[in-house]
Amino acid sequence: MKHFSLNLITVFLCLFSTHMLADQSQVIRMATTTSTENSGLFAVIKPVIEQKLEIRLHVIAVGTGKALELGRRGDVDVVLVHAKPAEQSFVDAGYGVARHEIMYNDFIIVGPGDDPAGVKGLRDAEQAFTNIAENQALFVSRGDDSGTHKKELSIWEQTGNKPDGSWYRQVGQGMGKTLQIAGEMQAYTLVDRGTWLAYRENTPLKLLVTDGADLRNPYGIIAVSPERFPDTQYEAAEHLINWFKSESAHTLIAGYRINGEQLFYPTN
Amino acid sequence: MDSLSSATAESFRLLFSGDVELWIIIFTSFSVSVRAILIAAPIAFVVAFLMAHLRYPGRRAMIAGFSALQSIPAVVIGLTVYLVFSRSGPLGDLKLLFTHTSMIIGQILLSFPLLVALSHSAFQAADRRVWETSVTLGAKPYRAFFTLIHEIRFGLIAAFIAGFGRIIAEVGCSMMAGGNILGYTRNIPTAIALETTKGEFAQAIALGIVLLAMALILNGLLAFFQGRGVMSS
Repeated sequence: MKHFSLNLITVFLCLFSTHMLADQSQVIRMATTTSTENSGLFAVIKPVIEQKLEIRLHVIAVGTGKALELGRRGDVDVVLVHAKPAEQSFVDAGYGVARHEIMYNDFIIVGPGDDPAGVKGLRDAEQAFTNIAENQALFVSRGDDSGTHKKELSIWEQTGNKPDGSWYRQVGQGMGKTLQIAGEMQAYTLVDRGTWLAYRENTPLKLLVTDGADLRNPYGIIAVSPERFPDTQYEAAEHLINWFKSESAHTLIAGYRINGEQLFYPTN
Repeated sequence: MDSLSSATAESFRLLFSGDVELWIIIFTSFSVSVRAILIAAPIAFVVAFLMAHLRYPGRRAMIAGFSALQSIPAVVIGLTVYLVFSRSGPLGDLKLLFTHTSMIIGQILLSFPLLVALSHSAFQAADRRVWETSVTLGAKPYRAFFTLIHEIRFGLIAAFIAGFGRIIAEVGCSMMAGGNILGYTRNIPTAIALETTKGEFAQAIALGIVLLAMALILNGLLAFFQGRGVMSS
């Protein structure tokens, strides 16, 4: 019995120590939103980053709310998200060092082709949401505290009517899944343009509303505070942020296209 | 992707086109789950044996406890592992979150109650005289233990298969504890979940096929040890 458990402990230690060793190469952990990963942007820029900065980038793609929570708990070194007010309070509370805006795109409102709420062609998100609510047309909300969800709630707030009733459905899923559900239900939903371009082929929904001012969607990157979490990879995170502000990053981001359409615009 | 059949056809093309990322995902799944089950099973078998062999107060409550623990959702175990290993958690200094190790720990916790409960049934059905005879013939307790194990090996293999089946296919715990990091902690179930949300059904089906194929191979191997699979006469 003694030998047996001794062997077991040895096996246990061997299994685990190899992994400790493998983890010694510098790893940067980035929590980011599903929209950057689902749109395919990271598949293009991650290898470039890893080669240029000689690091390994671990990308954890979750909603903006959870990404910031991972940062607040010190579980990642850097966050790349899109919810400006939430990012600002993350920095103000001392969890992040500073917010750097690196790129933007826009949100759009998509819905069924027969457009029961009559929003097609509107250039005003507030008006579109008001029409949807008045017609009690089906609307699918992310309902997951993501950047897109926060944006949607802020538009409802501007319209003054609280979305309520059986026409308003919170699904608690990522952007792609939400689009699928909205497609199946022939409902309206708010979506970031990146995900929309990536999914357009697979959905019966149509692009109905764009709004250059209200629906701008800026992405910010924030290094997690080394004061709060001393063992965070702060220096490497700063290198990463500087890379995102570099000319070559801008070229890569601006050059990323799906079906010839640009998804993200670098902020200068 | 318009139809199930075209997604399936596309999935076969993906599998045999030598997509490196796909094979890393497959490798991660098996490397993590095999290590988890190899650690969990021996300990669970010893615990189950002790529960079946010794008489002590609270024994029946313990048996009921392990049976009940089988129904814990994987995502709850994932959340627990996450909170414990988060840098703000009690074991945060070990920096194990979002690594293979945290996934293995989660899967050990997940399979352990199932392994204990099923192997306990096997031990319970064993003939106590096997043990007593071995000891009478001068075997040391650990030799007697292995004799007993040999007697009930089919039951233990069944427990092992069921335990492995539970962890190789679970998504909640791997997602929470592993973080679904591409090329590192992304395994077959979390990749299926991700590809489904992305609308990449072909990729999701391809991974599902791999999971099924590997499970068939594994069970085939174990069936070999099961002997003829009929009642002894």
